Amino acid sequence: MVTAVDEQRDQKGIVLTPEQQKARRQRSIALAILLGLLVVLFYVVTLVKGPGVLNRPL
Amino acid sequence: MQSEITHIASPLPAANAGAQAVPSLATPRDYFELLKPRVMSLVVFTALVGMISAPGSINPVLGFTALLFIAIGAGASGALNMWYEADIDAKMSRTAKRPIPQGVIAPGEVLGFALFLAVFSVVALGLLVNLLSAALLAFTIFFYAVIYSIWLKPSTPQNIVIGGAAGAFPPVIGWAATSGSVALEPVLMFLIIFVWTPPHFWALALIRADEYARAGIPMLPVVAGDRATRRQILLYSWLLAPVGVLPWLFGYASLLYAATAILCGALFVLSALRLSKASDGAATEKAAKHLFGFSILYLFVLFAVLLVEKAAGWSFGQLVW
Repeated sequence: MVTAVDEQRDQKGIVLTPEQQKARRQRSIALAILLGLLVVLFYVVTLVKGPGVLNRPL
Repeated sequence: MQSEITHIASPLPAANAGAQAVPSLATPRDYFELLKPRVMSLVVFTALVGMISAPGSINPVLGFTALLFIAIGAGASGALNMWYEADIDAKMSRTAKRPIPQGVIAPGEVLGFALFLAVFSVVALGLLVNLLSAALLAFTIFFYAVIYSIWLKPSTPQNIVIGGAAGAFPPVIGWAATSGSVALEPVLMFLIIFVWTPPHFWALALIRADEYARAGIPMLPVVAGDRATRRQILLYSWLLAPVGVLPWLFGYASLLYAATAILCGALFVLSALRLSKASDGAATEKAAKHLFGFSILYLFVLFAVLLVEKAAGWSFGQLVW
């Protein structure tokens, strides 16, 4: 049985179609943006909490 | 390794059929859809009201952070629900276009994504805001994913009555984020959402009863029929109307809130009455759609008034016991 994966294989392994490449690029960009935003958020929260950043009251 | 095909295992037999790792076509939007954004918006809104209502204040950055991680936690529980119910979703038109039934994202990937977000949101909320709000968020995710989705939903027609608690927790979490404690006021907000959930959800279940029956989910209209469901909706509406006024009766809201809650409660009961008296068929469906739409407006208006009152510091007509 020939599957979609088999059809995409050649000697170099699985070669992505343009749609798959586009989707992967979109996912990569989204991940990069989210990680960047998280870094900024954690940095700002650290500034806001100041020396009390490690103090976690109930 | 090149010739090996990875098989993704899922606990769901339906999801396993033909499950092969193919290069993904999923976009960030598909992952966002897993978080049930519409449910998430209601969670954020009610959590914000709880946060603003709490005594004391919270730094705006920390407030935003708390809302963000509460939203992510809610999204994680939505994704866990989609992972577990993928086979059911595929049988219902309302949910068939979700990423797993569409084959856009593999079930195992969704499970990993959801678990990561659940743990991350709880840990981040605990580290950056406080431990009580993080513990409440963790319990909410557990309640929605395990108690509701896995246990109650497939086993009892009262699933949504008890399971509604999961959707009622956000104002309590928001309150805890600001004050580090829990008090009667957020519990009253919890109660409003808790009593509101059954008539809201059963109105939808009435419209989709055939699909729920096909999917084997024992929703009330499937098990007890249309008439019994309409009776239950009316009963809960009668209960909701006074519960909606409780924040004023306990002295936590102004006369403006009381007037709004009484008016909206009366309209809710009226809408439920119309549904209970509708003749079977198209008239019932129309009345159920109307009630479903109004129920969303009801909750939004009540919490919006609470939010405005608290933000503006209004206390006109507030009862003092």
